[in-house]
Amino acid sequence: MSEENLKKTPLNEAHRALGGRMVDFGGWDMPVQYTAGVIGEHMATRTAAGLFDVSHMGEIWVDGPGAIAFVNRLTTNDVRALIDGQAHYSALTNETGGVVDDLLVYRFAEEKLLLVVNAATTEKDWAWITSHHTDEDGCELTNASGDFCQIAVQGPKATAIVQKLTETDLSAIKYYHFTEGWVDGVESIISRTGYTGEDGFEVYAAPEYAERLWNKFLSTGGFGLDGGILPCGLAARNTLRLESAMSLYGHELGDDITPLEAGLGWITKLQKGDFTGSDALKRQKEAGLKRKLVGFEMTEPGIARDGCDVYVGDAKLGNVTSGSPAPFLKKNIGLAFLPAEFANIGQEIKIDVRGKHLSASVVPTPFYKRQK
Amino acid sequence: MSNIPENLRYSKDHEWVLVDGDTATIGITDYAQHSLGDVVYIDMPRVGDKFGTHEAFGSVESVKAVSEIFTPVAGEVIEVNDSVNDTPEDVNNDPYEAGWMVKLKLDNPGEADALMSSVEYEEYLAASE
Repeated sequence: MSEENLKKTPLNEAHRALGGRMVDFGGWDMPVQYTAGVIGEHMATRTAAGLFDVSHMGEIWVDGPGAIAFVNRLTTNDVRALIDGQAHYSALTNETGGVVDDLLVYRFAEEKLLLVVNAATTEKDWAWITSHHTDEDGCELTNASGDFCQIAVQGPKATAIVQKLTETDLSAIKYYHFTEGWVDGVESIISRTGYTGEDGFEVYAAPEYAERLWNKFLSTGGFGLDGGILPCGLAARNTLRLESAMSLYGHELGDDITPLEAGLGWITKLQKGDFTGSDALKRQKEAGLKRKLVGFEMTEPGIARDGCDVYVGDAKLGNVTSGSPAPFLKKNIGLAFLPAEFANIGQEIKIDVRGKHLSASVVPTPFYKRQK
Repeated sequence: MSNIPENLRYSKDHEWVLVDGDTATIGITDYAQHSLGDVVYIDMPRVGDKFGTHEAFGSVESVKAVSEIFTPVAGEVIEVNDSVNDTPEDVNNDPYEAGWMVKLKLDNPGEADALMSSVEYEEYLAASE
């Protein structure tokens, strides 16, 4: 796809002005890194603050008296457990229990939910959700992906930075809760969520205010390498989420991977009543999982990458879904699927890195957990 | 704008060569390190390994990608830069000095003459933009 055909977020020019190196990410023209580079951006987020443009994510409103029941029928988590101002992580599943997409479900009110889905899958999700929707569901669907910019401020200094720009008391917003408020005078949804393993906020606002908010976060956060906020590209977003062992759709999750296999049993509420794929998931759970997602750490020099084959002895038994150097941990880590009988902490494995079988060991996840 | 020293020869795969008698020092160019991003690991050959022209002799890994490195000229490895894996950022910060990778004893000391000059390499980069 040529650059002209790529979709652009309202921050496209801001990324270019900051020296962002732009790449095609699922049809979006997005910065993979800025001038500080992926390690500098990653470390800034762990030790100070990182700023992320996630405006490419998709947003879908579900409005009406049937909203909760409808979303509960399509997703794995129990939407009835949400209270107003709370969000949860969930998955859209197909009839075989595979994951159509992972998403956040926000409850604004009993009859008003917002689904936030992945950028590259927004159209697929919209088609999936609307194809399972009828007038009898008692709710209306609106694809509002173009109505929002979304900016994430993440890291130990994130709360202080956002707090300087709002009268909303951020300390009153618990993790995975949100509120509607004003940030720098811009009407926003302020959500204590993120994809980095750090504390922080994701701020949703009308796209025309994106650049104003972005620049305000940079200036308020003391933009710079000396303990200030840094804009972070997709590369740092990936290494941050991988250190925290968070799934990335298309890697740990896919149409042929169930949430149980991917270690997402905690969002798969099989007791809540029927939902798409729930029968298949119950059968899988009863029969026992054949494969499981594990975290591993390389125990000799070399870096496993996405797609590398995994061996136990001479037998090829699995594959790496995500592999990378971990800039904060200064180790080479990854996630891989293994047959359940080998998915144990301490299991020694070999990873085929361009023809060399390098040693690695299955370790607990998350690899990184922030000190509270 | 990439830094392209005049005293070196360049390959189309973005390696540089410094010839001194029958010895060639090899590394990757400023353009190559910039394209790769933060370098974290270099897989090196061993002293005594022999390579023909344009053979993969190792790889450079950045956080987000891996790139094989090729011999622009044929020869035997007589020295590798062991310190570069302690400070792989040298490849980014100082690709033509501290970030050198291997020294080869050239099979044919004239071979590097066929590689690009700094002017030719600059034109090559401009044309591939």
